[in-house]
Amino acid sequence: MYNQVVMDHFKNPRNVGVIEDADGVGEVGNPLCGDMMTIYLKVDEDEKIADIKFQTFGCGSAIAVSSMLTELAKGKKIAEAREITNKDVAEALEGLPKNKLHCSNLGADALHMAIQNYEDKKAGVTREPEERQEKHEHGDGETCYCPYCDVELGEAAEFCEACQRDLTEEH
Amino acid sequence: MSFINLDRISFNPLLPEVKQVMIDAINGDLHNPSSQHKAGEQAAEKLADARQQVADLLNAGNAKEIVFTSGGTESVNHAIKGTALANREKGNHIVTTNIEHNAVIRSIKRLSNQGFKVTSLPVDAAGRVDPGAVEDAITDETILVSVMHSNNETGTIQPIEEIGAVTRRKKVLFHCDAVDSVGVVPVDVEKLNVDLLSFASNPFSGPTGVGGLYIRRGTRIFPLLDGGVQENNKRGGTENLVGIIGMAKAAELAMQHMDERIGQMQALKDYLAEQLPEYIDEYIVNTDSAHSLPNLLNISLKYIEGESVMLMLDEENLAVATKSACATGSLRASHVLLSLGLSHADAQGTLVVSWGSDHTRSDIDKFLASLAGVVKTLRSMSPLYQKA
Repeated sequence: MYNQVVMDHFKNPRNVGVIEDADGVGEVGNPLCGDMMTIYLKVDEDEKIADIKFQTFGCGSAIAVSSMLTELAKGKKIAEAREITNKDVAEALEGLPKNKLHCSNLGADALHMAIQNYEDKKAGVTREPEERQEKHEHGDGETCYCPYCDVELGEAAEFCEACQRDLTEEH
Repeated sequence: MSFINLDRISFNPLLPEVKQVMIDAINGDLHNPSSQHKAGEQAAEKLADARQQVADLLNAGNAKEIVFTSGGTESVNHAIKGTALANREKGNHIVTTNIEHNAVIRSIKRLSNQGFKVTSLPVDAAGRVDPGAVEDAITDETILVSVMHSNNETGTIQPIEEIGAVTRRKKVLFHCDAVDSVGVVPVDVEKLNVDLLSFASNPFSGPTGVGGLYIRRGTRIFPLLDGGVQENNKRGGTENLVGIIGMAKAAELAMQHMDERIGQMQALKDYLAEQLPEYIDEYIVNTDSAHSLPNLLNISLKYIEGESVMLMLDEENLAVATKSACATGSLRASHVLLSLGLSHADAQGTLVVSWGSDHTRSDIDKFLASLAGVVKTLRSMSPLYQKA
């Protein structure tokens, strides 16, 4: 089901845990299935991510994504870390099952929220947590796949022509 | 550690006796049972013997009431679509429940897209439908009631006999999806008052890809597969004779050993339920203790997700099934678990553990020891567990 890189990160996840006095915390969840991911950051005086930890409630893919994301972000400057995308994480994992790309690949979103939280704290801003959208949003150049049969879907497709399934709830 | 298959609801290995009769059937080069010559008649005789054996398992009055199919899914599709289309002038209303297998749900959805009206009934917290609610749902337009015998996720058994009494009195056709019950627990079509009953061979250790549909004599139904006059004109296509012979042997063994197997499997179920709290805490048992299959337990482990649990147990050579949204093709939470009132998060942590009469307490012990470790590991990384 998963490739060896994903299985390695799933079985031996890097940077699991909580940073009690974190400089930034980001939390994302997928309301359709209930997956959740929390990222904790410690930022040093050079604006570098000195430490990063995660907690995840989710499938094998979600755990591997969290682990890989923390590896990619650790030691990076905040400005660089902000450039990490969900696609980068999936590529570093040498690919995820197509139907898992949207639901479990939330790592970069959690990281960006943690960075935002860090910067808000620094600037003394308090922000209401945003409601996550039920249906996924399309990023630039991102391809969607049917969660049932993996066939590539058009933008905002409500019906899969290949397997004849109704997708209004997912897509 | 050697492989322990505690996912028997997905697959049962063939019994040695079943393998042997199938190998003999292959080596015997059995002809087409529809052919008129001697070789064909020999095959037809084998087919008739198999049909009688399967009819006996269900206590069907007449072997002609058994139609062999490619398995549970075909049987269910045939029962629902075949009766709906054949009885359309009588009415267009179908009554079912919220916890049926997708074969039932999607067959009925297909009909509702074609204009049939559907009433889908809820279940109580134990996962059972109220026969009184079935009675109330039946109108003058109702042509079919479809309720499963045991649920494939929770193992909970429905009050089929009581519902059958209602449909008999109301003169409405009653289909029962008994795929996970037939050959495992007693299923008697006369006692249950069903008109149609779907079953498959693998749940009682016969080959996959073979099943059957019981159709009470006099039931108005169209074939699902139009073609030749095979199967008493109810299913076109040359029969899968090797598979059918295997299923018949498995049926014979199921009848001979049913009480003994139930005793062994129920003892393992009681043992698992009793030992679970020694190994893990904060879990929900979704299988009704009073009315359920002896070979399955459905548990939701709080704060963790089922696919992760399944993968980690797999690393330890233990196979279980999960009903987590993440592990289903649809990535949606199980409709059965949501119908029981579980939250999305609790439904995510659901395992279906199932076994056969050949399993031992030692298998259960190994499973529990591994499960305890996996639960601890995954909870240590769960943001929900920290908050709880």
